Amino acid sequence: MTEKVPLIRLAKREDMARSRIWLIRLLAFVLALILGGLVFVIAGADPITAYSTMVAGSLGKVTGIRQVVKVAVPLLGTALALAPCFAMRYWNIGAEGQITMGAMMASFFALKMVNAMPSPVLLIVMGISAALMGALWAGIPAFFKAHWGTNETLFTLMMNYIAIGIVGWLQGGPWEGKPGSQIIPMFDEKAVLPSVFGVHIGWIIVLILTFLMYIYMTKTKHGYEIAVLGESENTARYAGMDVRRVMLRTACLSGGIAGLVGFMICSGADETLYQTVAGGVGFTAITVTWLAQLNPFAMIAISLLLAILSKGASTIQTTMGVPASISDIITGIILLCMLGCEFFINYKMIFRGHEEHPLAPTTAQNTEVPGVSPEAVKEVKA
Amino acid sequence: MSVSLIGLIKAAILNGTPLLFGTSGEILTEKSGNLNLGVEGLMFMGGAFGLIGPVIYGNLAGDQASGALAVLIALICSFGVGCLGSLIFSFLTITLRANQNVTGLALTIFGTGVGQFAGELMRIRVGGNVTVSNALKSAFADPILPEALRKIPVIGEIVFGYNLFVYLGVIMVIVMAYFMKRTRPGLFLSAVGESPATADAAGVNVTKYRYLATVIGGGISAVGGMVYTMTIAGSVWNHQGLSGEGWVAVALVIFCLWRPINTLWGSALFGGLLILYLRLPIPFLPTQIYKVVPYIATALVLIFVSLRQRREDQPPAGLGLNYFREDR
Repeated sequence: MTEKVPLIRLAKREDMARSRIWLIRLLAFVLALILGGLVFVIAGADPITAYSTMVAGSLGKVTGIRQVVKVAVPLLGTALALAPCFAMRYWNIGAEGQITMGAMMASFFALKMVNAMPSPVLLIVMGISAALMGALWAGIPAFFKAHWGTNETLFTLMMNYIAIGIVGWLQGGPWEGKPGSQIIPMFDEKAVLPSVFGVHIGWIIVLILTFLMYIYMTKTKHGYEIAVLGESENTARYAGMDVRRVMLRTACLSGGIAGLVGFMICSGADETLYQTVAGGVGFTAITVTWLAQLNPFAMIAISLLLAILSKGASTIQTTMGVPASISDIITGIILLCMLGCEFFINYKMIFRGHEEHPLAPTTAQNTEVPGVSPEAVKEVKA
Repeated sequence: MSVSLIGLIKAAILNGTPLLFGTSGEILTEKSGNLNLGVEGLMFMGGAFGLIGPVIYGNLAGDQASGALAVLIALICSFGVGCLGSLIFSFLTITLRANQNVTGLALTIFGTGVGQFAGELMRIRVGGNVTVSNALKSAFADPILPEALRKIPVIGEIVFGYNLFVYLGVIMVIVMAYFMKRTRPGLFLSAVGESPATADAAGVNVTKYRYLATVIGGGISAVGGMVYTMTIAGSVWNHQGLSGEGWVAVALVIFCLWRPINTLWGSALFGGLLILYLRLPIPFLPTQIYKVVPYIATALVLIFVSLRQRREDQPPAGLGLNYFREDR
């Protein structure tokens, strides 16, 4: 044995028990809350009071719960929209723009065609046109990606700003309500989504979408093609798939759902069109999709959690004087911790002197939980 | 006409300086194969802490506060906080092998949160605008070269009329370009970004290069945020001011084809485009559409670069991909 054995070696693992996987994720989440608690301490607030105020403010009253659902609906819808793209390893970070363009198209009908048709027809036309517009907006970068390999991450990002600019122009120009107000007038009530249990029916739509997306991703030919393409483009090509078509189709589907989300926000929640209609949902949803590991049902839980955080943060801003941007910090910490903890699920560390000899019993302490031994982890890179 | 043209060029360069730092930092990062989409967050953190540092120093030192020291503190605070932020990114993507896109976005959410939170908290504590004394402000934003040089006709203002950070940025970019093109570690860095497996086989420590490039690059990007708050925003905390700046910097990396030297004119061009609607209104062209021009330009560059398929214009081949020696 002349060669130096590294202190820690890594090996891939796929055999961890489900209970253990969830234990690791739970610990990562708890760690994130503890780190978030430190931020409260810096702000001069008692972390336990702060967290309980957040929960009470968001879940303690019916109005709070309604607002949480209102925040969660677009988040869940957009996360669902992104799932097929990410399964294909196509980095659509343009959901923000697709939502905005969808909302713009829906608003066009809500503002200009309101007297041309009865309310249910109008709403359906708004929804369909929004989905088509979102699909078109997502289709442009996908077309270039499919044919010439244009970088989709940055192209879709640029499309966001263009979309927001267009709506900004409409808001201050052609569609402006009172001259100089820089605001588009409120929709006629015919163009507003009806409510069920105090929240616009968008929540029912996204729940149905969740189920449909699950079927689409796991049980259909399209879903299979997406999964193969995500694993390896070459494999997909050898298997005889039309890679360009699959890519374009999936991106358009994604943009279509994002456009529909735009319709739900402007018609259900805002009842008008703002330049900031998407309000960062397109970006936050990316992390929801990823944390859920593309599982539509897990997205429900995660989008609700993030919604609780953001509603809770606005409560503590008013009651405790802690800036509401703390919800972004905590969201960020949770995301970073959850991203990091996947390492401990997918890899095992083998310490020097603890190799698995045929005769020796296997070592159980190899799987440290995140946060417990950061020093040990850092040495992996050495 | 010539006066307004000179004014426009000057304003473009001044407005482009935060982008100069943001973009060149990200180029350094991407050269190593790490696509850090957290620049927006890093610049926010840099902007907030680059202001908070001098504010605290100004309060402690009172009238004796020295401008040079305040600038140094601002540089250290913003660079340090940027390094810390990108260290999180590096640890997660290089050591823990998390997906780069998602980690970068998480860093953006975290970083904008930290920046906003720190700025707001400061505002609550101070009970008004968070800012520094006028003497300190001028140390950041006033031209630093002697009056005599600026009096030279035509070129005087346009070459010598800037604040410290413009010259600092130009020097930094030239050094970076030299480092990447002409030094051994610089060439190793390119190798790591193009093909980590090859670099590893040749005995280059891929992990070390990726860590260093990403951490230092993140620090440089964050300095861009500080330059924005301390010069363009007039040393006052404004929680919306920086939004979008980091994303433009990421886009500009492509526009500059991953070459530091191109950021010199690229950042001035974008800095100009971002304010052109104020300086040079075009009749019948709405402001909001005018403001979108830089993004359309970037999208067109992206298409153009991919259509032309010139090898030297492509992104680093390993960009966005984590490297695991065990996977070879």
